[in-house]
Amino acid sequence: EVVVAPSRAGLDEEEEAREETPEDREIRREIEKKREIDVLWTWRSGGCGEEPLVCSRFIVAIGRNAAAFLSSFILDSVCWEVVGVVKLWNEWCRTSSTTNVLPTDSFCLFYRLISDPTVLLCQCSCYVAEDQQFQWLEKVFGSMQKKGLQVTILSTCPVADYKTQESTLTLASPFLRALKTKEFQEQICCPLLEQPNIVRDLPAA
Amino acid sequence: MFIPCDRGGGSAAPDFKGFTLLMPAVSVGNVGQLAIDLVISTLDMTKVGYFYTDCLVPMVGNNPYATAEENSTELSINAEVYSLPSKKLVVLQIRSPFIKNKYRPFCETLLSWVKSSKCARVVLLSSSHAYQRDDEQLLGTPLRYLLTPDLEEAVGGRMQELNWKEMEKVAAYPGISDTDKVLHIPGGGITKLLFTESCSKGIQMAVLLKFCSEGDNIPDAFVLVNYLNEWLQLIKSEVNPSSQWKIPSSWRLLFGNGLPPALF
Repeated sequence: EVVVAPSRAGLDEEEEAREETPEDREIRREIEKKREIDVLWTWRSGGCGEEPLVCSRFIVAIGRNAAAFLSSFILDSVCWEVVGVVKLWNEWCRTSSTTNVLPTDSFCLFYRLISDPTVLLCQCSCYVAEDQQFQWLEKVFGSMQKKGLQVTILSTCPVADYKTQESTLTLASPFLRALKTKEFQEQICCPLLEQPNIVRDLPAA
Repeated sequence: MFIPCDRGGGSAAPDFKGFTLLMPAVSVGNVGQLAIDLVISTLDMTKVGYFYTDCLVPMVGNNPYATAEENSTELSINAEVYSLPSKKLVVLQIRSPFIKNKYRPFCETLLSWVKSSKCARVVLLSSSHAYQRDDEQLLGTPLRYLLTPDLEEAVGGRMQELNWKEMEKVAAYPGISDTDKVLHIPGGGITKLLFTESCSKGIQMAVLLKFCSEGDNIPDAFVLVNYLNEWLQLIKSEVNPSSQWKIPSSWRLLFGNGLPPALF
């Protein structure tokens, strides 16, 4: 049997194929609707013309490890209150609109610091698929007033994915790396991510 | 779609009127993208902006063309635009795959940006699966070109002089002799779509492609970029053209890290 090798370029050969029939279009729209993301802010009563959330610092923890870090060291029910939730579905996970979650659930919740309501925190332990990442971005940041906003993104990657001259076997892990925009002028607590390493998915978005 | 870099001092958005837009297709072996990396790196091009698009998988890293500590910390994302006004050249680099069902929206947005920024012509670097070649294509050069009718008038003669080979059309239904011949670029990503759309929109576009397979595609990239250079003369090519191209620092460790000593 001749097996076609998959291409690194992530090629989707079907895209080359015929034009969409009306049935295809209908099916595609249904799937898109199912994969739509809903961002529900609990302090809003709904309806349009809502004021954007004033935010000075936004900390986003993506992935189970980062979410667990926030749960263990930062979040508590005294200083933080839940202000929002993301509802989404994809092949890997489904989140609900409940804000009462277990650590083993897939969820994406927003918290606000009670003593300073402009400090927002997001725990996103669910996987946001490629076609949903842009939507997540637009819907979450779209609700915020972004002037003077400082965003910090926390995430983890497997050490085996780290590209370095030596073998990762002998590398002391875990270790930190950072990426920053040129507007970020404060001190960073760790070295910057060296080429050819990159970040992808929601943290990159 | 196109967001210019903030170069400070309230500078105006860059003007690409009359420029040649050079860009890759995300295609087999990533050859187009590797070739574009060589162009940007060798000509030391300046980044002038990026594309804000939902059509490509997000990615971010530090400057892939860094040559020293000082210039290594500029962030770089999946679709960025570089320019070299002295050669009237603007280059788009694409660094991640397309998201499903986003080929067409991307092509439409790109072509309308090409029109609105008044680029003179587009040169697309691409590749196609080597294993899909027919008997005739197995012989001779693995490089091909395509020109939209509008560009054919302008530069068709030059292609003849260079002795370049035009991409052959294949039978729509192989095995049946009398069928229509169509353009087929397997493994070419958005190449065919972008080319056919450019034809119908009257955009001057050239496609330069190489037949190749997945593997170490660095030599393919050199072959393709030298092919491009025969026409556009981006660098001087008298001596040994391959040695004139500068490999970017981000090409390090393409095939993995060092091995653990304990293995031996």
